[in-house]
Amino acid sequence: MVPTSYYLILSAILFAIGTLGVLLRRNVLIIFMSVEMMLNAVNLTFVALARQFVQLNGQIFVLMVMVVAAAEVAVGLAIVMAVIRHKDTTNIEDVNLLKG
Amino acid sequence: MLDYAWLMLLFPAVGTLLIALFGTRMGKRFISWFAPAMVLLSFGVAVGVFVTLLGLPADERSHQTVLWSWMTVGKFHVDIALLVDQLSITMALVVTGIGFLIHVYSANYMHDDQRFPRFFAYMNFFILMMLTLVLANNYLLLYVGWEGVGLASYLLIGFWFEKPAAVNAGKKAFLVNRVGDFGMALAVMFIWTSLGTLNYGEVFAQANTQWAVGSSIATTVTLLLLLAATGKSAQIPLFVWLPDAMEGPTPVSALIHAATMVTAGVYMIARSSVLFGLAPTSAAWAAGIGAATALLAATIALSQTDLKRILAYSTISQLGYMFLAVGVGAYASGIFHLVTHAFFKALLFLGAGSVMHALAGELDIRKMGNLRAKMRTTHWTFLVGALALAGFPLFAGFFSKDDILWYTWQKSPFLWAVGFGTALLTAVYSFRAFFLPFWGHERDKKLFNHAHESPRVMTVPLIILAIGSVVVGYAGIPHLSAIEGWLEPVFAAAKNTAVSVDDPAEWVLMALSGLLAMGGVYLAYRFYIVDTGVPQRVRTSLGWFAQLVDNKYYVDEAYNRVIVQPLRGLAEWFAGTMDRQGIDGAVNGLAGIAGWTGTQARKLQTGLIGLYALSILFGAVALLAWFLVR
Repeated sequence: MVPTSYYLILSAILFAIGTLGVLLRRNVLIIFMSVEMMLNAVNLTFVALARQFVQLNGQIFVLMVMVVAAAEVAVGLAIVMAVIRHKDTTNIEDVNLLKG
Repeated sequence: MLDYAWLMLLFPAVGTLLIALFGTRMGKRFISWFAPAMVLLSFGVAVGVFVTLLGLPADERSHQTVLWSWMTVGKFHVDIALLVDQLSITMALVVTGIGFLIHVYSANYMHDDQRFPRFFAYMNFFILMMLTLVLANNYLLLYVGWEGVGLASYLLIGFWFEKPAAVNAGKKAFLVNRVGDFGMALAVMFIWTSLGTLNYGEVFAQANTQWAVGSSIATTVTLLLLLAATGKSAQIPLFVWLPDAMEGPTPVSALIHAATMVTAGVYMIARSSVLFGLAPTSAAWAAGIGAATALLAATIALSQTDLKRILAYSTISQLGYMFLAVGVGAYASGIFHLVTHAFFKALLFLGAGSVMHALAGELDIRKMGNLRAKMRTTHWTFLVGALALAGFPLFAGFFSKDDILWYTWQKSPFLWAVGFGTALLTAVYSFRAFFLPFWGHERDKKLFNHAHESPRVMTVPLIILAIGSVVVGYAGIPHLSAIEGWLEPVFAAAKNTAVSVDDPAEWVLMALSGLLAMGGVYLAYRFYIVDTGVPQRVRTSLGWFAQLVDNKYYVDEAYNRVIVQPLRGLAEWFAGTMDRQGIDGAVNGLAGIAGWTGTQARKLQTGLIGLYALSILFGAVALLAWFLVR
């Protein structure tokens, strides 16, 4: 058996990569993908711990997270597409209408 | 009848209200009879009340009517209530009677004025307030009337507000009076904190038992009341407003600044006789101030050339006599002189108005002369007034002034001498004011040709007042003295009321006063008719003193330097530095701080989404850390 800690470490790395992507990348779509990566990292954590404690709760929760992620992507991408079409750019630094 | 005394107040109140609201629609003709009618109705009620009082036994002639309860705050309770007794009804009769005659006179005098309705609204308002003052039964309602007449005086002095002189005179009158009112307010407060009531009857009864003679509370209260009286009745140190008040219409000068408002101070002291009886120091001050003012004003009157100013200083001087009287405890004499003075001073002022009317507003006596040829009635009535003022035997002023001098002699021969000397000056200046305009040769031909007698509406009041100036004196003949007996119960409770003693010296002094008055008239005749060079020679021989008197002892200038300019400087400092820089700076500063905070907070709004995401991360980490550490 692969030790649970390996899964957890992988999950942490994935989460960190995702966070850095959200913070540092300039393309909106890449940021979106990074958010997905963070969600998936969390999914991995849930599944690994569910396997360790032989509980079904973890698995169920993962299903819910996936549903939410899907819904979020649908709505989020629609908004992002609208912004991109309006501003004719995918650079997030150009979306600065809130600048005071 | 006594319960209906409030009607005296109702009529002028109705008059004021209706004329103020609908005056311009009523038209001059209607107001010309409506306004005097209101005062006449008041007079009628006053006469009715007077007759009723006469029918009562002497010690029951005091009746209080509570109209309504004004306010009750904790232990402080004051009613709107009237006190009808010998003193208040005497004052009310004078106010309404002479007020009525002056209203009739002004209907013609003010006929050409644009703001005719406003004038009568103010006049009726004055009558209302003066009656409130004299009929009040407690110090607070007295104070209401006190302030009200001050307001009426301000409005009427500055009636012709296009004239800067009139506006300034009105302001000066109000401000100088305010100094006195400050004294009044403090006195009322002291009375309440010390005795717990403001109702006259209760105050006097309790003061007599609770305050020791000469105690500091009695002296403080009465000195403050005296200050108030010097303001309202134009005595040293607050007399400077009265000569300036002559800028107002002449009927106003006659009514307010001769017959009624200025007597409010004397009335108030007479009413507070019990309190003054408990404070010999204040009574002495009152007498001293009265005598000094009488003398000072008489000297100034001798050098004035404006007819109304002469009469104004004369009023100040005669009020000094009244203060002298109440100061030595001769309250009834003071009130008696108040009544006679009201008649002859109003007469003199209305006569001056008649002269002004004839000479198109001219008041400089150096430009008048020989008016008796053109204005018979005015001439004769003015003569009667001058004789009464000079204290010529058998005229009203003689009896009342002599009464005062007799009681003063008993208390202080020195003050008697001052009063006696002033009487000589009085005779001289009154006849100067009579001889120069009416006798001799005309000094300005153009003015003289224009002169004409005034219409009957103006001369009839003059005649009535002239009759009064003779007849009213007989109410006060010593030992037959009706007026002293009439007023005696009011002042019986005071501890310093002068007592009439049977003393042959009285007749000697009376004869001396009579001779003095006649001598004064003769002197005036010599100086101003026979040998007209004498006044100039006297003036040159007096040198610097003549200049001092000519400039009214520089009192106005002194007040200006010492009080007005520093206050003005202070006001300008407040307006400029304090207000513009201090307060505006503070308020603008607050706004500035708000703005600065906003500018700083603005820097958070970068518009960089990456930064927003970072702050979310930090927040999440902080929250997590907090939960882990807990």
